[in-house]
Amino acid sequence: MPRLLSALLIGLVFGAGIALSGMSNPAKILNFFDFAGTWDPSLAFVMGGALAVTAIGYVIVLKRPMPVFDRMFHLPTRRDIDGPLVAGSALFGIGWGIAGFCPGGAIPALGQGHGEAALFVAAMIAGLALARTARRALMIRTPA
Amino acid sequence: MTEFTPFLSLLGGGLIGLSAVLLMAFHGRIAGITGILTGIVPPVASDWGWRAAFLLGAIVAPALLVAITGYSIPFDSPTPTPWLLIGGLIVGIGVYFGSGCTSGHGVCGIARLSPRSIVATLTFMVSTALTVFVIRHLFGGL
Repeated sequence: MPRLLSALLIGLVFGAGIALSGMSNPAKILNFFDFAGTWDPSLAFVMGGALAVTAIGYVIVLKRPMPVFDRMFHLPTRRDIDGPLVAGSALFGIGWGIAGFCPGGAIPALGQGHGEAALFVAAMIAGLALARTARRALMIRTPA
Repeated sequence: MTEFTPFLSLLGGGLIGLSAVLLMAFHGRIAGITGILTGIVPPVASDWGWRAAFLLGAIVAPALLVAITGYSIPFDSPTPTPWLLIGGLIVGIGVYFGSGCTSGHGVCGIARLSPRSIVATLTFMVSTALTVFVIRHLFGGL
């Protein structure tokens, strides 16, 4: 129970940060990327603030032997640059440029009561499920 | 046009960073929405509980923020509904194969200087900018 409450509270901090920063506002996102038009540089400040706090905070936290509610830190270990990483990221950018929502922006936008966010999140979850099904099907057909 | 908000965006970004640090300190997890969300899409991951709790907090937060501070969160979604659905589907497929999005790669991964996250973030930032350019300045909008 403390574990779930902790995750809920940390989610609250994340959602408040997204809402205040403007990341849940598609018009603001699209304007950040519109260098040739109505450019709004705000997103650079979001990334700058988030990166500074995370980079310093991680150094302090990761000196501890383990997190409070787990026996180990779950850190990604892969360092190779492969096709799916680049192609998937390029695809994500196309969708972000069309809709103006990224996953972390859309989830808090749900709580702002916007139907557009609900439609986007539903389609995004369908995309996640479709991609996972496709990857599993491919892995079965091509045994290592 | 949207208003340039350096102070609010820096503050919001700082809170996003704080949540990433807290999630690592308490749960030992990367605060990437792609990874967290994938774990609650059926078939769900065995540790779906903290994921659902985090996402619930992220959804409730803006409503609480409005109720407590009275701040009106700016919102404008200029994309027509069919394109919103197409965009959502593309984002879902892309972040799954790309193993992350703005939060996981762009914040947590770059903060750890992960080469995969640096490449992923550069790729989706360039791809998004090109997409916006093509839509707005070549097609004249959706």
